Amino acid sequence: MTATLNNLETEHPPRTPFQESWRLLRKNKLALCGLAIFLLFAVTALMGFFLTSGPNPIFNPATIRLEEKLRQPLSLPKVDELHEEDLPRLGIYLFGTDDLGRDVFARMLQGAWVSLTVGFVAVGIAIIIGVFLGGVAGYFGHKRVRVDQIGAIVLLFLGPVLISTGHQFYGILLIAAILGHLKFAKRIYRPLISNPSNWLSLPFKETILVDTVVMRFVDIMLCFPSFFLILTVVALLPASIYNIMIIIGLTSWMGATRFVRAEFLSLRELDFVTAAKALGISDWRIIFRHMLPNAIAPVLVSATIGIASAILTEAGLSFLGFGVPPPHATWGNILSNGKRFIFDAPWLTFIPGFFILIVVLSFNLFGEGLRDILNPKLRERH
Amino acid sequence: MLAFIGRSFIQKIVTLFFVSVISFLIIHLAPGEPSQIDPMNPKFTPEMVERFRAAFHLDEPLYVQYLYFYKDLFTGKTFSWKDNRPVLGKIWERFLNSLSLFIVGTILTWTLSFPIGIRSAINRGHAFDRSTTFLAYLLISIPGFFFAYLLIISVVSYFHVPVIGMVTFGLEGSSAIRSVMDRVWHLFIPSVLGATGGVAVLSRYVRSQMLEVEGQDYVRTAKAKGLPNDQVYYKHALRNALLPFVTMFGMILPGLIGGSVIIESIFAWPGMGRMAYEAILARDYPVILTVNFFSAVLVLAGTFISDLLYTVVDPRIKL
Repeated sequence: MTATLNNLETEHPPRTPFQESWRLLRKNKLALCGLAIFLLFAVTALMGFFLTSGPNPIFNPATIRLEEKLRQPLSLPKVDELHEEDLPRLGIYLFGTDDLGRDVFARMLQGAWVSLTVGFVAVGIAIIIGVFLGGVAGYFGHKRVRVDQIGAIVLLFLGPVLISTGHQFYGILLIAAILGHLKFAKRIYRPLISNPSNWLSLPFKETILVDTVVMRFVDIMLCFPSFFLILTVVALLPASIYNIMIIIGLTSWMGATRFVRAEFLSLRELDFVTAAKALGISDWRIIFRHMLPNAIAPVLVSATIGIASAILTEAGLSFLGFGVPPPHATWGNILSNGKRFIFDAPWLTFIPGFFILIVVLSFNLFGEGLRDILNPKLRERH
Repeated sequence: MLAFIGRSFIQKIVTLFFVSVISFLIIHLAPGEPSQIDPMNPKFTPEMVERFRAAFHLDEPLYVQYLYFYKDLFTGKTFSWKDNRPVLGKIWERFLNSLSLFIVGTILTWTLSFPIGIRSAINRGHAFDRSTTFLAYLLISIPGFFFAYLLIISVVSYFHVPVIGMVTFGLEGSSAIRSVMDRVWHLFIPSVLGATGGVAVLSRYVRSQMLEVEGQDYVRTAKAKGLPNDQVYYKHALRNALLPFVTMFGMILPGLIGGSVIIESIFAWPGMGRMAYEAILARDYPVILTVNFFSAVLVLAGTFISDLLYTVVDPRIKL
């Protein structure tokens, strides 16, 4: 009450939600630290990508100097034994060299980009699937799936298969036909649906609740031991960083689905949704434009923590020797290569391990801080 | 109650069926074949490949292969493609090795996280709470393999005990007490590693549960009555805070079979995780599918048990 009076007197505009969040974030030192480290990491990874890629990179992570094996961090190169172009760019081996004399600093720069993209792409995929399925289960959950819709969804998966096997035209045609069917089937076949004794209405029989379908699918996916499943698929598919991102994403959307569904179930009953429906706004617009912004807080938190665990998973996979093919460096495979020299060259283990720890920690701290900041109950208490 | 048991049993069977179909499809639709795993082997003539394909029904359509596989699994006649041993026997042997790791790890997790969580909830915002909170985040964030090497380095350099494998090589003839100690050392370090993540997560959870219960009216009443603090915390608050943890007992069941691929391969521990890893490398489909099937069974059994336990500890819940 006094706050509003003060606002009126001094004519300060009330704080926007964003300003309020920022104010709370500044009070939470650990979360702020996490955000700062994360920003630093993102900038470094972006720079690392440009500095280490291309035909003639500024920091070449692939330069092999057999004369300079296992040099300690901060040691100076032997200038007279090396070619001009093989000298480390900084004039010093900041993080030492590995067993082939490659500059660990350049390799860490290259690996930072891998960690960043794996985290963001994998979680991006998981969030898209999770929001979509959770939104469908929460919003349409009380409706029943029709027989023709089940068939359509199954055929919809055939589309990408056709496209990937070289029949692009038929694939796109199939997807377009199915989407058209899903949109207009009810209007075209209305007389059939209204007369249940007609055998032609069989494809339009209502079978099972949408919510049941989605949540059983979540249960099925939760039955797989996730790291083991990822390992299996990664080992069976050709080694590539994109496969890893996609697979981590495809196996980690279940949490987001549950959060979004739970939020949508309570939002669905609120007045603004009823008002939007009364205005004749389409279902999908209500889901994405009106309800999703109100349900985004827990998704954001689980996404931040999801990035941390995706980075850990990728590091674990590289450590086991899967994932990015060898010449390309990732933090996991630098550590994995270094483990043979753990007593002779401990920096090969400690430097990547320490950096993974710091980055993952920053994401976790920021995510937990975000959870507190976005929680309205905690806002009142503090 | 009986209706609930029956209903959830049917539900779990259906789920299990879909899990088995999906895992079978993932394995068989992936590019590459087990018969191509070792093309450089001179013994691997085209006739051999043909014989293998016929012997393992690899020429049949997929759904026939599926039926063959699960028929074999339920009659206990699945054989590993790698060494031709029965899969169930192989898994059982590795399971016993993993079991000791699992038991020690679980005991460590559950005995450490409760005192830590309760104490940091009682001293909320004080030095102990803040340091354990930070430590918990640190332990959640540390990559398991990195932590493993830190532990190995410190144990080897301070205690001079090599901790790789299940026993130290060349110690067979020594005295009983020495070999027991040796076993304990080898068991202890991987279990500590397995428990760290668990302790971090569980102690945070205990803390938040305790904080939630502490805000309840009956705790305030107990304090207002002038009861000693210990009695308020351990008798009134803790008992109610424990409720969700009873159900978590069901959730630890899947850990039995999942093991940890990374920890077991670092410590050369011949457990389930490492067997699964080796099976993946060798494309030993029967072993992969069987491990996957059993872990799905354990997940489902775990959720079932925790549902049942909930009704036992919380009479308000009726199924």
